[in-house]
Amino acid sequence: MSENTKEFWRWKEYNWHDERVDPKDAETISAGVDVGSVSSQAVVMIDGKLYAYSNMRTGSDSPDSARKAMSWALENTGLALDDIHYTVGTGYGRVNVPFANRAITEIACHARGGNLMYGSTVRTILDMGGQDCKAIHCDEKGKVTNFLMNDKCAAGTGRGMEVFADLLAVSIEEVGELSLDVDEEPPPVSSTCVVFAKSEASSLLREGWSKKRVLAAYCSAMAHRVVSLLERIGVEKDFAITGGIAKNSGVVTRLERELNLISLKSKYDTQVAGALGAALFAKTLVEKQRKKVAQ
Amino acid sequence: MTTAGIDMGSKFIKVLILKDGAVQGKAIETTGFEPAVSALKCLEQAAKESGIDISFIDHITSTGAGRKAAPNINSDITDVGAAAKGVAHLIPDARTVIDVGAEEGRGIKMEAGGKVIDIAVNEKCAAGAGAFAEAMSRALEVSLDEFGQLSLKSDKTIPMNAQCAVFAESEVVSLVHAKTPKQDIARAVHDAIASRIVSMVRRVGINKEVALVGGLSHNPGFVDALNRGLETQVVIPENPDYIGALGAAIAAGERSQ
Repeated sequence: MSENTKEFWRWKEYNWHDERVDPKDAETISAGVDVGSVSSQAVVMIDGKLYAYSNMRTGSDSPDSARKAMSWALENTGLALDDIHYTVGTGYGRVNVPFANRAITEIACHARGGNLMYGSTVRTILDMGGQDCKAIHCDEKGKVTNFLMNDKCAAGTGRGMEVFADLLAVSIEEVGELSLDVDEEPPPVSSTCVVFAKSEASSLLREGWSKKRVLAAYCSAMAHRVVSLLERIGVEKDFAITGGIAKNSGVVTRLERELNLISLKSKYDTQVAGALGAALFAKTLVEKQRKKVAQ
Repeated sequence: MTTAGIDMGSKFIKVLILKDGAVQGKAIETTGFEPAVSALKCLEQAAKESGIDISFIDHITSTGAGRKAAPNINSDITDVGAAAKGVAHLIPDARTVIDVGAEEGRGIKMEAGGKVIDIAVNEKCAAGAGAFAEAMSRALEVSLDEFGQLSLKSDKTIPMNAQCAVFAESEVVSLVHAKTPKQDIARAVHDAIASRIVSMVRRVGINKEVALVGGLSHNPGFVDALNRGLETQVVIPENPDYIGALGAAIAAGERSQ
């Protein structure tokens, strides 16, 4: 692709499965599909353990995105859709997961998934998604106790970061590291609105600011914006960040600095929290169903 | 008595010269990197058109975002104050002024004579400003002028779910993919901006006559959407771009007496 038409916002899509596990021995195979406004994930769990997942961009058709994410997660596993005992759909397109047995809100799924990813001590989960940002409080079982979300405005969302990656012609995966490579922290971009922040960034570049410095100013503005959302609900320890932006060290570092609090890190992919929670719910639901049948 | 108003906008500088209440001349200049220099040039241009030497102007008042940087001024007035005075001069019955520019929107409630009672402002979000229409016309690959005209051809209301201009852009792309006619999309975009403006202006109250000024007053699609949203016809003064400069020149007259 030429430099002009390259889509800098386009992050890598991927799938993974645990080759050490043989699904034939499985007692319960549960799945969660999170169809978000920007990305979709499918997670397959075997007896409550992560077995396979995929992460890809949501297309214009939600059912189609759900199907694609699922078949990609199952790729090379020897499993087919019919082998899954129970599937829960979540995310903004959750009612459009054609093969799901049930839909559960992404707030509940994030808390449940976060509980597995970060352990039972996590009390505040900040999910920084593609088109929204949620601050979730949960208890030691991963049950939601309170939440607050912004889904009206692109400031503080992954979509806003994509716009900036494109504007500055920097691959979205490199934004965080580059933004930290500055000698001195610049003042944050002052416009809240992404549209206005874009014009502001253009004039900063014209004034001679380096790309890295502009990225630093934007990451810091985004961190600040999200902190003000968090402060409305309060941050209880332990604290964790999920979603695509959790992979952006530029935003995470500045967020932690502003909160004066280090976020928990996980061996799980931060983008699968919702689908993982959905798969956990699926496991519980199918087990309940079996008990009923047995009675 | 001769007075001048200088409107130091972020994109354009406008100057208007009044003599005993009658417009003698006006000029417009790009603001550029040296607003003071551009303003002086603009003032000289307007003076030349009026056939008046700058030194014979009794009082000069500036307004606009860069009003403190204006040259040769005797006083300054806020954007809101100037817009109200300018509108009151041309539309004496106006009680509400809606001012929508590229990057901000304002609703002004005023008394006869242009005395401001209350204001509501949005300068934080592109969804209620001209920048939204600009971004969407780009997404549809039509010129901004065409975009305004296009929406008049539609009589179909399709809702925009996104409030944010950034999210709306993705929504417009999906609408294009779904083969929605461009004119219907244009109307939906103008309806969305108008609905944001209407709810902002409601905060100060909507009282007749309602005047519309600012860059979006040139966009027929937006004007139509606004009229439907307000359930009344807005009145657009002559030369709406010079309203601020006119108001400043009127204020100059009041101040030099």
